[in-house]
Amino acid sequence: MTTLVVAEHLQGRLREITLELVSAAKELDGPVAVAVIARDPASLTEMVNVEGVDEIVNVRVEPEEFESDVYQQALAALIADRQPEVTLLGFTINSMGYGPAVAVREGLGFASDVYGLAQDENGLVATRSFYGAKVSAEIEFPGKRQVLLLVRPTAWPPAQGSGSASVSELAVETAGSRARHLDFEQVAASDVDITTADFLLSIGRGVGEKENLPQLEELAGKMNAILSVSRPLVDAGWMPNGRQVGQSGKTVKPKVYLALGISGAVQHLAGMKTSGTIIAVNTDPEAAIFNVAHYGSVADLFDVAEELDKLF
Amino acid sequence: MKIVVCVKQVAALGDEVEFTPDERDVDPDYLDYALNEWDAYATEEALRLRERLGSDGDEVVVVSAGPEQVEEAMRRCLAMGADRGVRLTLDGPTDPIALARALAPTVERESPDLVFAGVQSSDSVQAATGTALADLLGLPRVAVVTKIEWDGSGPARVNRELEGGLVDVVEVDTPALLTIQTGINEPRYATLRAIKQAEQKEIEVIEPEAGGEPAYRIRRMFVPSRGEGAEMLDGSPAAVAQRIAEIVRERLQ
Repeated sequence: MTTLVVAEHLQGRLREITLELVSAAKELDGPVAVAVIARDPASLTEMVNVEGVDEIVNVRVEPEEFESDVYQQALAALIADRQPEVTLLGFTINSMGYGPAVAVREGLGFASDVYGLAQDENGLVATRSFYGAKVSAEIEFPGKRQVLLLVRPTAWPPAQGSGSASVSELAVETAGSRARHLDFEQVAASDVDITTADFLLSIGRGVGEKENLPQLEELAGKMNAILSVSRPLVDAGWMPNGRQVGQSGKTVKPKVYLALGISGAVQHLAGMKTSGTIIAVNTDPEAAIFNVAHYGSVADLFDVAEELDKLF
Repeated sequence: MKIVVCVKQVAALGDEVEFTPDERDVDPDYLDYALNEWDAYATEEALRLRERLGSDGDEVVVVSAGPEQVEEAMRRCLAMGADRGVRLTLDGPTDPIALARALAPTVERESPDLVFAGVQSSDSVQAATGTALADLLGLPRVAVVTKIEWDGSGPARVNRELEGGLVDVVEVDTPALLTIQTGINEPRYATLRAIKQAEQKEIEVIEPEAGGEPAYRIRRMFVPSRGEGAEMLDGSPAAVAQRIAEIVRERLQ
């Protein structure tokens, strides 16, 4: 079984997910090839040449940054040329823009947010979550000779150690791009940097009403914690993006992460699960946050917050 | 101008779960249904574009696939202000690639100027149907859009939200398919009157053309193990708070 990994990069830097994909690929038998699709792929070759990579395939394309049409054409050409049984991309914003298009066009087996991989007598078995991550499923790909999977970030550790991969090139003709990168913008900077805090008090949808925010802000102050939030509170416009923990916000690793009323969407967990000590309070005993928490309590966050308020 | 919005009725699990006898899905008795959160934002964005640019005869059409009960979710979009709906009869859940194949002929028939879909569905989180559909329709696409600037013709300028708070500004030719991220707007609540009126709006029901093979098959569903397991703090809120305070003070020493 040959596995093809597509490297992801941004502003000239390799993204960590690429090395995580190499670790995922190593779980399967057979050679691992990493494709680098870039204007100057050679500049990234050294960084992807880690232990376990057998071949690096450089694909030169015109745009400097990601463009979905270009990546779709390049990946289709790679699959046609190298005939990998399994192709792994990160479950990232970029991959969402072209991975499923390649799968439907080329008739591949497909699944995204995959966090487990195995092989048995029936072929490839991938594991992913359903129904708010409350249940998982093993899925298989009957009748599919080739499969494309989008892999959950942080599900595998990044591959390390220097490798001895051969480096080759694949020439790909790409037609014009119908969705063109113009510029990058940084979302408005935050008043605080949640990524350097030792102690985050993090709140989520369970807060319910905007009117309930001040008492939790006050509690965070008393506890000497920095207040952070999950995505729904940013979407509602209650808190700035800079306070958001998760894939589309910040990745944090405080000594203590106290989550009040956060159910634990996959994208949120990816941003905080390596925190030192995770304490979660949620009314739903099946909430996915309890899967990563060290301490948990099935309780109303306001009942607990009120009592905490007396102790600090 | 016509905008097609692809929406999904999603299923959520409560506190308990039982599986079907073949263990390939959750017993539907344990599921609650609602309009996918992302799709409410997509519908709102379509309505706002129409209100800003539109003229008489413009349409926002919601398209969905599923059994009759998914019309409940579609009615919510109609109550927000969408003009009509098209439902493809489809039994039970399907994978995003097969779903895109089922939706494509119907969306194509509408010849829309823009197609919107939510980034992902809360029950399956594949983030794939929209992008697959765009390919089948031959449309350019941008995934995970948080802002749209468009004057009704020619390319649109859209923001794509990357990881870590970085925004990619993209120029996309139209017609195009955009997958819409939460937070792009504030979806409106429908008034009681609008909900009543939505009952009268047309939902056309279509048998899908035979789809392709599924992209995957579920072998077995199960409740994931709780990692090393969280130590559960029991007792009154006061007792729980006491323990949390102890843990926090100890770890921050």
